[in-house]
Amino acid sequence: MKWQFKPGLPIYQQLVSIMKNSIANGTYPAGAKLPPVREIAMEAGVNPNTMQRAFATLEQEGLLYSVRTSGRFVTEDQNMLNNLRKDLSGDYIRELVSQLTQLGMSREEILAAVSEWIQKEDK
Amino acid sequence: MAIFECRQLTKRYGSTTALDHIDLSLEPGRIVGLLGPNGSGKTTLIKLAARLLTPSSGQILIDGEVPGPETKAMISYLPDREFLPEYMNTRQLLNLYQDFYADFVPARAEEMLSSLDIRPNIPVRKLSKGTREKVRLILTMSRDAKVYMLDEPIAGVDPAARDYILKTIIGNYEPEALVLISTHLISDVESVLDEAVFLKEGHIVLHKSVDEIREEHGMSVDDYFRDVFRC
Repeated sequence: MKWQFKPGLPIYQQLVSIMKNSIANGTYPAGAKLPPVREIAMEAGVNPNTMQRAFATLEQEGLLYSVRTSGRFVTEDQNMLNNLRKDLSGDYIRELVSQLTQLGMSREEILAAVSEWIQKEDK
Repeated sequence: MAIFECRQLTKRYGSTTALDHIDLSLEPGRIVGLLGPNGSGKTTLIKLAARLLTPSSGQILIDGEVPGPETKAMISYLPDREFLPEYMNTRQLLNLYQDFYADFVPARAEEMLSSLDIRPNIPVRKLSKGTREKVRLILTMSRDAKVYMLDEPIAGVDPAARDYILKTIIGNYEPEALVLISTHLISDVESVLDEAVFLKEGHIVLHKSVDEIREEHGMSVDDYFRDVFRC
């Protein structure tokens, strides 16, 4: 897992999105138990209070839940995990489309270029 | 209640004013960066809290008390220069710390030293600069203190040693303690801080949470610092 932070955004927000990616890509699969806050903060090189704030945000969104005395877990709700993947992929697609639009490509050209690229990649 | 409090704290050296009527209140359970260029008053403030200096006027209070033997017992202080006797090896240093500080946890220090492969019979003078810095930090963080004051803990070490030092701080402070880190290497410590205190020519020009600064100004604390202190 990469813990790198961009300058212009609050660190806790960046932790939230790194954790979301880790959940979506299966680093932390459905139902998995997360390491304690301090341990994960140490690995990331961030303040434990900031990590705690990121976890609280993910709990509010329903992606994590706490069980008293036994720890913090990833949700087992497959619907929620599918939606998470959709949200995250939406961000990447939005970024890609905006970059390609800036290059002067039309929607049709972008679609054609993406499907051509995928076909090439498959061979 | 604030564990570290300054009220109109002033320190003069002859005609030079190092700290000029500063008010500051820091809560326990936080990691605070004391940030400022050279000569801004960082070390003076830390030395006043450690009672290596006394105020010219105003007050500094640690857990409500004027600095003295009681406050020294609850502050774990890492000075900005070499202070360990060079002839001692780490085994002797552990004994020294145990004799001086009731809250020293030798097992914690031993575990960290052995994970770094620092053998107990090697004298300090034979260790590299980076390793000495780590040994000093390990001793400092192996106390169950209420306040940790780290004066330039990462100055002059390589990036790997710096990462080790920052992780050691995060992994070992008491959750109810205050950690005060003075540095001018802001980008290196930014992600471990709750709050930043900017000192400029003896005045506090800013005291805010790191994420507040990032949110309000759309830049890192390091970039914001360069903006505030632009020459």
